[in-house]
Amino acid sequence: METLFAILIGMFFAAAVYLMLSKYSVRILLGVALLGNAVNLLLFTAGRLTREVPPIIPAGVDALPSGTANPLPQALILTAIVISFSFFAFLLVLTYRAYQELGTDDTDEMRVAEPRGEDRPPMGY
Amino acid sequence: MNTLILRTVAPFVTALMLLFSIFVLLRGHNEPGGGFIGGLIAASALALYGIAFGVGAVRRAIRFHPMAIAGAGLFLATLSGFISILAGVPFMTGLWVYPHVFGVEVPLATVMSFDLGVYLVVVGAITSIALALEQEPGPDLERED
Amino acid sequence: MATPTNLSAAFTLTPPPLADWLVILPVALMIGLGAVLMMVRKSVRLHGAIAIAGLAALVLIDAGLLWRVATHGPVTMVMGRWLPPFGIAFTADLFGAAMALAAAVVALAAAIFALRDIDASGRRYGFYPFLMLLMAGVSGAFLTGDIFNLYVWFEVLLISSFGLLILGSQPEQIDGALKYAVLNLIATTLFLIAVGYLYAIFGTLNMADIARKAVALRDTGPLTTLTGLFILAFAMKAAAFPVNFWLPASYHTPRIVVSALFGGLLTKVGIYALMRVTVMLFPVEREALSIVIVVIAILTMMVGALGALAQSDIRKLIGYLVIAGIGNMLSGVAIGTPGAVSGAILYALHSMVTMTALYLVAGEIGRLGGGWSLVHLGGLFRRAPSFAGVSFVLFLAAAGLPPISGLWPKVVLLKASLDIGAWWLAAAILVSAFLITLALARVVLFAYWRPSPREIEPMTAAADWRIALPLAALTALTIFFGLFPETLLGLSQDAATGLADPTAYIRSVFPQGEGQ
Repeated sequence: METLFAILIGMFFAAAVYLMLSKYSVRILLGVALLGNAVNLLLFTAGRLTREVPPIIPAGVDALPSGTANPLPQALILTAIVISFSFFAFLLVLTYRAYQELGTDDTDEMRVAEPRGEDRPPMGY
Repeated sequence: MNTLILRTVAPFVTALMLLFSIFVLLRGHNEPGGGFIGGLIAASALALYGIAFGVGAVRRAIRFHPMAIAGAGLFLATLSGFISILAGVPFMTGLWVYPHVFGVEVPLATVMSFDLGVYLVVVGAITSIALALEQEPGPDLERED
Repeated sequence: MATPTNLSAAFTLTPPPLADWLVILPVALMIGLGAVLMMVRKSVRLHGAIAIAGLAALVLIDAGLLWRVATHGPVTMVMGRWLPPFGIAFTADLFGAAMALAAAVVALAAAIFALRDIDASGRRYGFYPFLMLLMAGVSGAFLTGDIFNLYVWFEVLLISSFGLLILGSQPEQIDGALKYAVLNLIATTLFLIAVGYLYAIFGTLNMADIARKAVALRDTGPLTTLTGLFILAFAMKAAAFPVNFWLPASYHTPRIVVSALFGGLLTKVGIYALMRVTVMLFPVEREALSIVIVVIAILTMMVGALGALAQSDIRKLIGYLVIAGIGNMLSGVAIGTPGAVSGAILYALHSMVTMTALYLVAGEIGRLGGGWSLVHLGGLFRRAPSFAGVSFVLFLAAAGLPPISGLWPKVVLLKASLDIGAWWLAAAILVSAFLITLALARVVLFAYWRPSPREIEPMTAAADWRIALPLAALTALTIFFGLFPETLLGLSQDAATGLADPTAYIRSVFPQGEGQ
């Protein structure tokens, strides 16, 4: 099972990297979103895969029965999902604004902050 | 998007979703649910209302600016962590009281007020983003008011 | 309600001493104040006063924490009284507390400067709330003792830095912010990947727990890979050479006080995390990778110095100075002896103050000279002699010339590299410092010394306390620690010792010893 997940995570990463290598900001954004999901799966697998026994302590017992899923990776993933979700929302707004303001989604053409042909520092006066 | 059907249904659906979001928030105390998911439901309710009646209607309906709501939630959550200083236990320790209201034992906890804070933060932050995206493209998207 | 019988298995039952709250207070105070400022978002006139009072309190709290740590050893508090490997622990040692104090001082100076630099619309947009949340993230990153929690604080400071970066929504800010946001998000995601692997290997996320468990797993392949991944992620955050491109693309676009905060704080958080992980948690793996780190360090120094030499925009020039400083700190990490690490810590503290002050100087240059380009500037010395004096001192500090504070970290690093016979590293540090001196000398020559190439109307705005006070205070700090470096040298040596031998750190988290 872990092997299968490792292959799946690898495919996720490959797709994410491929998309992020694009010069169009929308594709980069999609790549970042995929990357977040790849990492979540990775965290999930890192906590060892078990059959579906939820980590809930039954009434009258003090500790988890054996064979339950590890709750910590789930907590980590939940945090990571929340964070990547809010980042994705922010980046979405930012990309949209960048497209409106700069008139392009091609990152090669986004040269407002670093214009071509800037002055060299003077050599003497 | 603002067809007659949506405009007729939207108030009821929004009200229902807001109610449901509070149910999910309180249910999260001992069962699946909680402040984050409840907040998301409430925020999508407001987003739906915004689609039907426009961003201005939502802003009027919630009275406070979304970021102010988020701030209030953040403040409440921080405060909930600090109550434990009075009990001599570390930061964010859950503290419980069991007052009897009309003969019924009502368990109240700092965990709950923290979760309420999370709910408000999520409602505020996500609503603010959703409204920014729903707003007609204008010269000033960030400065809403 | 039935209470479980044996609480001591999961909870710490001894009430924490009140002084332990100092470790949580910086973060909680900043979050709380940020929340209050978000609530009173309409009355922007209150924002500055509340924020400055809060940051002054933060400086006092951090100073108290540093004093407590210096006298009593590392301080730990666990959230929700869960026992450490399970509960999230906040642990302050000398290194973290000193960095937190320096960050608070820098933020206070920037907040005062912002009274003038950020206008009403910028405040309505939320400059001060974002500043508070940024400081919450920075303080949290310096004080947390849990590596996943460190990731969370990275994200907190990242999202508030996004907000600060696009303050004003100019096209060039959005351009810079897009590149900054995407590349930094990728860097933190790499960090998260490393945390995932770390959890798979160790089954714990508490740094003290990792430090003591790593001893048993020494010298294995996975740990070296893991350390390499951490180095890549943190080097990207710190803007080290092959992954530094987001910094010159974005740091000159926001308001100058935002640049000052970023230049002073953000890259240093990356270096802090790098040192925490490589020096404290995985020293053997750091040794194995030291040749890689040293190459990165030298290239970063050179790129920073040459980049500074090639820029005509003063703000971009300072951005490259930040990068060059990162190279110096990395060289300390690469050598890895306590002396070298103390040099890197000292450099980080010095760089926080100096880089912030330099950006503030750039802001004043922009106001006095009407631009940032060396081609058009001139005559600043004649227009504002005292300001020119202050900037000259800060330039000396950045170049590492005596008698200002920049000298000492370089001396410590040089000595450490000569001690292990790495004369080429020492030479690289000196060459980089020489090139930076040239770049800054050119700024002095063109912007200050030469007569103004174009007619500028005579000075209308007199010197303002909101500008003079933070600049003078930061400059006084660099002069003071340049002339009397003993306290700071001792402090950074103790911090480096505590980092290299984390016994006290571990004992503070696990007071009952190896019980778990």
